[in-house]
Parts: sequence; structure tokens; C-alpha cells
Amino acid sequence: MAKNGLDDHEKGLGRREVLECMVWAGTGVLWTISGGVPHSVGLIGEAAAAEPATGFTFLQMSDSHIGFDKAANPDALGTLREAVAKVKAMPTKPAFIIHTGDITHLSKPAEFDNADKVFSETGVQIHWVPGEHDIIDEDRGKAYLERYGKGAKGAGWYSYDDHGVHFIGLVNVVDLKGGGLGNLGAEQLAWLEADLKDRSNSTPIVVFAHIPMQIVYKEWGWGTEDGMKALDLLKRFGSVTVLNGHIHQLVQKVEGNMTFHTAMSTAFPQPAPGSAPSPGPMVVPADQLRSKLGLSTITVMQGNKPLAFVDKTLAG
Amino acid sequence: MRSLVSHLRPIAARFTPGRAVVVAVLSGPIVGALLAFGTVAAEETKEANVVTIDNFTFTPPEFTVAVGTTVKWINHDDIPHNVINKDKAFRSKALDTDDSYSFTFASAGTYDYFCGLHPHMQGKIVVK
Repeated sequence: MAKNGLDDHEKGLGRREVLECMVWAGTGVLWTISGGVPHSVGLIGEAAAAEPATGFTFLQMSDSHIGFDKAANPDALGTLREAVAKVKAMPTKPAFIIHTGDITHLSKPAEFDNADKVFSETGVQIHWVPGEHDIIDEDRGKAYLERYGKGAKGAGWYSYDDHGVHFIGLVNVVDLKGGGLGNLGAEQLAWLEADLKDRSNSTPIVVFAHIPMQIVYKEWGWGTEDGMKALDLLKRFGSVTVLNGHIHQLVQKVEGNMTFHTAMSTAFPQPAPGSAPSPGPMVVPADQLRSKLGLSTITVMQGNKPLAFVDKTLAG
Repeated sequence: MRSLVSHLRPIAARFTPGRAVVVAVLSGPIVGALLAFGTVAAEETKEANVVTIDNFTFTPPEFTVAVGTTVKWINHDDIPHNVINKDKAFRSKALDTDDSYSFTFASAGTYDYFCGLHPHMQGKIVVK
């Protein structure tokens, strides 16, 4: 697969500039879906206040790593609690949360229990996909599927519709090959093709998976080997939004009708691509940690207005 | 829009895999691994045939042993890794920080392996 970094900012400036400035302002992601094209509407507080009654909000949370207790954050459960407190304090209750994987650090039952307990305090439905840390139990993913896989296919992929938007949760952390990247596999791609077959091009699509679907940084395995095959199936749609986690930092890219977004972790930050010897947990001064952690709030508006998003850190 | 563009430039530059980054990527893990191996070797000389995992790197990346040798992998990272043979001769469970896994090589051959969580991490055991 050709190397395809997130560095081609030369073309298509416009809403991308606005999007990225919003994201890198480091506050909160607020997605507004409509007419298919994403754009940002403002910070969480402002945007929520400005929403018409017909809009609905959902959140992206990611990489909770419950059980992680090393130097980069000795209390990953504590910072998840802080994130959940922010959710509870939102003026508009989100319709649901999409969690883009690595709920736990080691797939232990107690870690899943602790995560479930804290997430349940949000009082809203959560749509999950697994990260590689969620399927390292002895039975390689059985623990995850027993908890979160009801109604899902294969290793845990599924789709659902909400407010006219088609949401697709994919699994790209299973059966990875030596030297390779994230992997969807032929069975899941065939399912995706069938899932999309009868949908009109005007249906807004939101795809979410743990590892970035595009190649962010191949040297660290930050991408999906057969991700382009999935994206090719989605090309004909007027609006495709791809939500990923795994890299514990914000990356935003817009290509034609596709918008790519990776969320912050609620547990610990990871270095920017190539800026450290390895992608391992990045230790930052304690008073800066919360500015590197966060969640994304996404508001879907009805009518002919585009989808928008804002990222919010735990420091804000 | 102009002011927005100026905000974007540093971000774009950050993700440009320029020469400096490439050098850092190439030399970083190697130097890091050598340093780490130096310290580990002092502690673990009693245990020969050890492959360490530091900074998402197997050290040594290629290791030649005699038939019947037991090789032990030790994870020193803050992140779990595992060890999976490409041809399924061996597969460890997830190794948390300081966990280890041992496998005894009863047959000669070349055993390519990788980390199932981070498959860009690869190593090789040559059994003669």
C-alpha cells in the first residue's frame, strides 16, 4: 500500500481550514450532519446552546485503557470519570456514545466491569468497537463479544440507522499479519458491500473503527492494510465521516466527501508520528496531562446544514 | 481564512515525514534498543537466550540458537505485547510490563515472529 501521510494540505483549503483550526484549538468535537458535508459549528457549550430542537448530539470517546496504571497516567479510571462528568454536565444530553476501542488495557473482566460501571453513569446507549487491547483475553476476543457483541457479526462489526444517518462499526484489530497494519479481512468487506448495496448515495454515512482506516504513519502501524477497499465502497456516498481512535491524538483530514477524524484518549497521550523512538505512552508533566486527553462531541442537525464537530479536552 | 491557513501550517509540517523524521525513526529504536539491551544484559546474563522488548522493538531482532534451546521473551514496555510465530509454531499470551514467555525450539528452522497487537514489530529466531 502506498504511503499516504496526513500531510497533503496543499489542495482543497476552505472548510478544512475551519475544521482543523477547530480541532487543533483543542476544545471539543461537535459534529453536525446534514446535507452530507461536515463542518464545525463551535465549542461544545456555544454550539449546544445554538442547536435547534431538531438536532441530535452524539459523542465519540476512545482509548479508555481501563487498567493502565503506568507513569503516563497512574489513574486511567479517574480520568475516564472526569470525562464522564463532562458528558453528564452537557446541556444537551447526547443521543448515544460511539466508543472507538481500547476500552480496557488488558481485556481483564475487572477492567471491563470498571469501565462499564463508569460509562453507565452517562445514562446513554454506547455503540462499541474493539481495540487490540480488548481482545487479548485467553479466548482472543470472547470476553469482548460476550459483553458488547450482541447482534454483531464476525469479530463484532455491525451497522445501525439513526436520524437518517447510517452508522457502521468495523473491526480492524483481529488476526493481524506480521509486518502488516490494521486489518478488516475479506469476510467483513463482503458484509460491508452487502450492507451498503441498497442505500442511496445521499445517505450520510458515519464509519467508526479503532485503528485509523487511512494510513497515518505506517512505521508505527497506524493505518489499515485493506482500509482503502472499504473506502472505495463508500466513495459514491455524498457524505462519509470516518471516526477512529488508537493513536491517542487528534488528526483531521478532509478528502472530497470524506472526513477523517481521530479522537483523543481519556487515558494517556501518544507522541506525534515519528517524534519519539516508539508510539508508547507519552509522559507529560502532571499539570499538562488533561490538556492531552479528551472526548469529541458531535451534533447532527436536520435540514440542509452540514455535519460539524468539536474536540474537548479534560482541561477545559 | 488567511489567519486560519497560518494556523494550519505548523500542523501540516508536523505530519510531513521529512528527512529529520526519517533519521529519528531509523536511529531512535536502534539506539534505544542497544542502550536497553546493555542494561538488561547486565541483569540477565544468567539467563542466556533472552529476547527483550523495549520501545516496540525485539532485541536482538534476529537470534541464532541451537536445537533444543529455550528462548525467553521479556516485555519492558508500558504497553502489552505478544509473540506470534508466522507459521503458528508458537504464540504467547499478552505480556504485560515485565511479563515473559518461553518457548523451546525442538526443530531446526527459521521462525519469523511478530507482535499480534503491533504487527510492525517483527523478529526472527534461527534454530540450527
